[in-house]
Amino acid sequence: MNPTQTMDPAKTEVEQKYKVIGTRPIRHDGVDKVTGRAVYGADVQLPGMLHGKVLRSPHAHARVKSVNTEKAEALYGVKAVMTAADFPDAGSRTANLGELGEVPLKPMCDNVMASDKVVYHGHAVAAVAATSPHIAEEALKLIEVEYEVLPPVMDVLKAMEEDSPLLHDDLYTDELGEKSSKPSNVASHSRHVLGDINQGFAAADHILEREYRCATVHQGYIEPHAATAMWNPDGYLTMWVTTQGAFTVRTSVHQILEIPVSKLKVIPTEIGGGFGGKIPVYGEPVAAVLSRKARRPVKVVMDRTEVFQATGPTSGSYVKLKMGVTNEGRITAAETMLAYEAGGYPGSVVSLGGICMFAPYNVENLTIDMYDVVVNKPKTAAYRAPGAPNSEFAAECMIDEFCEILDMDPMEFRLKNGAKEGDIQCHGIPHPRIGCLETTEAARDCEHYQTPLEGPNRGRGVASGYWVNAGLTSSVTARLNGDGTVTLQEGSTDIGGTRTSIAMQLAEVLGIPVEDVVPSVADTDSVGYTEVTGGSRVTFATGWAAYNAGQSIRSQLIEQAAAIWKVDKDQVSLADGVIATTNGDSKSISIKELAADLSQKGIDIGSRETVTPQNHGGAYATHIVDVEVDPDTGKVTILRYTAVQDAGRAIHPSYVEGQMQGGVVQGIGWALNEEYYYNEDGHLMNSSFLDYRMPTSLDLPMIETIIVEVPNPGHPYGVRGVGEVPIVPPQAAVSNAIARAVGTRLGDLPMSPQRVVKALSAKS
Amino acid sequence: MAAKVHVTATINGEPVEFLCEPRQSLLEVLRDELKLTGSKEGCNNGNCGACSVILDGLLVDACIVLGAEIDGCTVETIEGLMGPEGLHPLQQTFLENAALQCGVCTPGFIMAGKALLEKKPQATEGDIRHWCAGNLCRCTGYDKIVRAIIDAEPQLEVKK
Ligand code: FES
Ligand code: FES
Repeated sequence: MNPTQTMDPAKTEVEQKYKVIGTRPIRHDGVDKVTGRAVYGADVQLPGMLHGKVLRSPHAHARVKSVNTEKAEALYGVKAVMTAADFPDAGSRTANLGELGEVPLKPMCDNVMASDKVVYHGHAVAAVAATSPHIAEEALKLIEVEYEVLPPVMDVLKAMEEDSPLLHDDLYTDELGEKSSKPSNVASHSRHVLGDINQGFAAADHILEREYRCATVHQGYIEPHAATAMWNPDGYLTMWVTTQGAFTVRTSVHQILEIPVSKLKVIPTEIGGGFGGKIPVYGEPVAAVLSRKARRPVKVVMDRTEVFQATGPTSGSYVKLKMGVTNEGRITAAETMLAYEAGGYPGSVVSLGGICMFAPYNVENLTIDMYDVVVNKPKTAAYRAPGAPNSEFAAECMIDEFCEILDMDPMEFRLKNGAKEGDIQCHGIPHPRIGCLETTEAARDCEHYQTPLEGPNRGRGVASGYWVNAGLTSSVTARLNGDGTVTLQEGSTDIGGTRTSIAMQLAEVLGIPVEDVVPSVADTDSVGYTEVTGGSRVTFATGWAAYNAGQSIRSQLIEQAAAIWKVDKDQVSLADGVIATTNGDSKSISIKELAADLSQKGIDIGSRETVTPQNHGGAYATHIVDVEVDPDTGKVTILRYTAVQDAGRAIHPSYVEGQMQGGVVQGIGWALNEEYYYNEDGHLMNSSFLDYRMPTSLDLPMIETIIVEVPNPGHPYGVRGVGEVPIVPPQAAVSNAIARAVGTRLGDLPMSPQRVVKALSAKS
Repeated sequence: MAAKVHVTATINGEPVEFLCEPRQSLLEVLRDELKLTGSKEGCNNGNCGACSVILDGLLVDACIVLGAEIDGCTVETIEGLMGPEGLHPLQQTFLENAALQCGVCTPGFIMAGKALLEKKPQATEGDIRHWCAGNLCRCTGYDKIVRAIIDAEPQLEVKK
């Protein structure tokens, strides 16, 4: 077992500077979660509650001609049945979903429940609420749906062909800003251009041109989606939802059902993983409509098959890449075409794939063409650094191939070409201060990289990754209690320990132990607007709101003490939980004493803070992996793995390491096993955890982590988002390691045993 | 609908009686009838271990045991783990190691860890990885979970 190391260039400075930041306290919600007391989505129980179940399409692509629910309604125990006809007409309205931007409402409604057409296997067509889940399931079998089956479109390149069957007759390509005249499966084509691509290639000594593919993969959170709705006769709707964003659910349900936000309260439950997949709504509006119709609370919980068939996967993709380098190993040009599957409705994350693809490097001449393409698969959702793994996989594999051609160390290549502050990214925006080179240096110098790997069929791979991160709006409400503790309501749902990483920032400002801050996740009536837990933004942005709340409480306390002591507030300071005069008359009072005094006088000390930080900056990582390939079976074993990442400032290092380790392992699953397997009819054939093979503990070694801290100038404590970038490098790192082990390069994911064996036999 | 079955069992040390439909799984009975929602459903077909409980000393997935099958049996769930002296050593080491992120897999892993350490008090990293292969965690990459189980070993020894 290898030790987990933390490498912190400014360690001693940080230790002196901070009391709370950089420590590893036990999370505030920990006891609830290790005792089984924490209430997750499916754990909600209300008096008189019914159970909702959803009928799903057995076809990948079909017109819905009729839905007859009469027999289901007549079944004993059934209290309500609904179809898309129960939703208000979406017309041409749009919904603003924050991170996801302004989206048309009709596809969103149709994705929740199909009106005229089903566009993927498992698409919802009707739903039932009954007194038990089993009765609801029986009722689904009594619903008669007449379909006109259409040919499925399952491959992104085939979907782009002129004569491909169309998913939507009214979808016209947004072609570089102009609407095309003919309907198509290509929702949009956009482009980034930098420098002069022809000159760039002319300056190259070596040029490679390759194709890369990623299969459709799922976020794989262990907790299925669950939503409970209680619609009262006075029009007030309360929902308990496992979600990455309570406010996003409120906006979505408000838009789909046309009910005012003032009558809609969303209470986020604990959430059992999301990774981007719990941003869109699925069963939420369904539970609401069923509750209104049945006049009782209704809980809609998905089973695992439904999660795979109908929620979130991320885009399968095709990438064509051409790059040129000099003999000295300088990148001179890159030209690429990215085609991403959007699923049944437009809106893949191809643009983020484009922005990130070359961001770890300074590439002066490049052209990136991006296509968003609909296919008969579930509408894709965000998945940890959405879009980046697909494109960066291609770039990182090709770079390794160049390193082999040039006989150059992969770290040296990265240090030579690595992005620095001020380098222009593909969309024309310069990089702010980033820790790209520092991270690569730490990776080069680490014990893992310095230790030679020996043995047959073994190889070491290196890859880097970049993710844009997000800022967006976050809110907290803080109140000082009479005993000197602070109650902190946070607008961000907590998926991985952020209650504590946010609370730590407030504790640091006041100089109190983090145990004296009592954080909770608030509902939409109880805290200011907060965007989703996503974009690696919660510790960064919501933490900043908590920092501001701490500052506000701090100055209120100083003012109150100054008033009591009848001195100017400039002559009072607060440090380590004690307020004291600085004018030499040595008056002091602890926060606890002052809080008790103020509370007796009925003076409320607290703060409401909302922030929308703009300069969040991106995240950078470099990974090293050692693999062993079994040439007979094609099985790839991960022998050793080290992830190196710039965290800006690691507020709670254990949870930073946890994000890195979790991201790495999802990336390894993506690299080696995971894929949606569809048959010719477009039926998803592996919608279970047995057949959709995610990594288990047995498949992995310990995941070593090295945290580099190059403080982010865009945050008061230097925090950089850390959650997403660790999923970016593993796919290419593993592919590069396989290449070094057995001399064959794999550009199609996953690199399953069959694929590896095939590649090996093609080689020999 | 088939008639309900009357079942008597010992759950977390307490005698319990309940009625359940023959088709209801132990997981459904625990969660819906007995309101013990600490055991989670991740897949409902024995592939994720989120519903792990200990049935007559054996680690099982409660979603693939029928409620009616536990008549006369003893069941331990996450809710029964805390003793009079507070958290179970595994609960404590999971907290100290930050071995949970979302926490939905945690009850299952702690029950799996308990069953393992009862059989093999000095389990190695390899033993733990092998034993826990039936429990999926999508958040942590397992590193800190394995460490948490190893860390609980000396504490459990002392307790004995
Ligand atoms: S819910 Fe029982 S094994 Fe997954
Ligand atoms: S902590 Fe989320 S699944 Fe394990």
